[in-house]
Amino acid sequence: MNAPVVDLSGVRKTYRSGSIEFEALRGIDMQIAGGEYVAVIGPSGSGKSTLMNLLGCLDTPTEGTYLLGGEDVSRMTEAQLAEVRNRRIGFVFQQFHLLSSLPAWRNVELPLVYAGVPRADRRDRAVAALEKVGLGDRVENRPGELSGGQQQRVAVARALVTEPDIILADEPTGNLDSGSTEAVLGLLEELHGSGRTIVLITHEHDVAAQADRNLVIRDGLITDDRLVGAR
Amino acid sequence: MNWRETFRTATDAVRAHRLRSLLTMLGIVIGISSVILTVGLGQGAQDKVKDQISALGSNLLIVSPGSSTSSSGVRGGFGSSTTLTLQDAQSIGDRAVVPDADKVAPVSSGSASLTAGQTNWTTSVVGTTAAWPEVRARSVSEGRFFTSAEVTSAANVVVLGADTASELFATPQSPVGQQVSVDGTPLTVIGVLASSGSSSTGSSEDDQAILPISAQKRLTGSTTSAVSTIYVEATSGSTLSAAYQEINALLLNAHGVTASTADFSISTQDSLVETANSTNKTLTVLLGGIAAISLLVGGIGVMNIMLVSVTERIREIGLRKALGATPAVIRRQFLVEASLLGLCGGVIGVVIGYVGSFVLPSLIDQPVSLSTLATCAALGTSLALGIGFGVYPASRAARLTPIDALRSE
Repeated sequence: MNAPVVDLSGVRKTYRSGSIEFEALRGIDMQIAGGEYVAVIGPSGSGKSTLMNLLGCLDTPTEGTYLLGGEDVSRMTEAQLAEVRNRRIGFVFQQFHLLSSLPAWRNVELPLVYAGVPRADRRDRAVAALEKVGLGDRVENRPGELSGGQQQRVAVARALVTEPDIILADEPTGNLDSGSTEAVLGLLEELHGSGRTIVLITHEHDVAAQADRNLVIRDGLITDDRLVGAR
Repeated sequence: MNWRETFRTATDAVRAHRLRSLLTMLGIVIGISSVILTVGLGQGAQDKVKDQISALGSNLLIVSPGSSTSSSGVRGGFGSSTTLTLQDAQSIGDRAVVPDADKVAPVSSGSASLTAGQTNWTTSVVGTTAAWPEVRARSVSEGRFFTSAEVTSAANVVVLGADTASELFATPQSPVGQQVSVDGTPLTVIGVLASSGSSSTGSSEDDQAILPISAQKRLTGSTTSAVSTIYVEATSGSTLSAAYQEINALLLNAHGVTASTADFSISTQDSLVETANSTNKTLTVLLGGIAAISLLVGGIGVMNIMLVSVTERIREIGLRKALGATPAVIRRQFLVEASLLGLCGGVIGVVIGYVGSFVLPSLIDQPVSLSTLATCAALGTSLALGIGFGVYPASRAARLTPIDALRSE
């Protein structure tokens, strides 16, 4: 097995609201190797979202360490985390989170803008990423002119464009009809086939079934870690 | 993310909400254009006054009959008394008494109706001496001015102002040598004054009839030797204050009064400019203050809209942060956006101010002089307003945590 891309050990996350403390994660140990397709499943309130925020470097753990690509990100400042997110993580959100005033390719190039890639390269790379998700003919369209499935594919292209270590998909099919769901899941499967590391967070078991490995989280602990899928 | 990208993002954001951006700028637009116009009007008024006063002549001292104080302690209005006489003018002209006075022109003015053939024209009739053209820096364009001999003999001659001449005589005909009559007394026109040239001084400088003072006294039936003003030209600019002192001492002595009861006043061109400007300055400061307040209000408008914008674009901010924007980058983006709003408002305000400076003079008959310095200062102020009032919204945007920002619906 390759060196793990994601390595969590003893991770705890406690939220404090006045005098009330709430422990959302109560000691998580997990590793994800390069090229794996992992689904994290759990009902709402299980700590799934908190785990997703930590994995995505949107938040830091209260206790424990998180090595992302061998880099300890658990004690970083916000500015450092921003840089790590830009370089190592591609996000796909449930609500797509596209900027409605910008055409598709300019949505896709956004992470490259923050990475400081020269302008001339950015358009080429954004268009290439859009072609990869099958939207080569929608480069100049604004999100409002695209269907939900197409918008989510633009978001996937945006996650891909920086060649990140992991693609983190948070309920990517939650707002899609079944046809678009299949298209997006097919796309993720395809990306996995080309060697990408994908972490899918969902509460739907049939969506999770697409992944190779399922991590079940409940009450802030990982209760099950099993390999699924026929391949 | 470099400055060019930041700038591009900011222009995109401003353009995405065109109407709102324009309304946001409005306060600054109004503030800047009113600052430009107020400063321009103030400057224009000062220039006008300066022109008018310098058109009077050079190295000039103007002696006016001052307010007299009667025995009952009632002070008459300025210029109401007739305390200056021809004798005063003669003594000022005496080089032994006032060595620094070069030329002296006493002036006695009144109003009369001039008749040339069928044409009637009422104008101011000014009696003076032969030194007048030099003292007042005027010249004749046609004919000649009257001589000292004509003043002594009270000759019935007249020199007309350019406008007066054209009112009384049809253009192709030269007025020189023609007759005009005042109350039945015929006067020979011996010259026409060159136009004073400065339009800002109004037409009165070009609309007058100049007579030997002796003839004017006779025409108006005046038996006193009172004069309304004595114009004195000092020998040079450096002797102006010496001449002032000498005339002051002479007149105090001749009239038997002290400085506190003086029945005349002497002003120099500088003192006239200063007096006029101090009034203008007060007005400019007042109007400028109001304009500055409207700028402040405009700046608060920018801050208000930027705060709304931060709240409204909270998800965009969250997304940008998730994609790798550091707090510093977000802060810079909103700061640049606010300063862009400020600067655009400033530019539009300057344009409106300049347009106004062309339109306004024809509406209110006041010249407006624009200064590059004021324009640059206005632009700098609008930029500073944008930055100043953008700091708080920008740091609020920068402080948002990406999770909360992404979650908000």
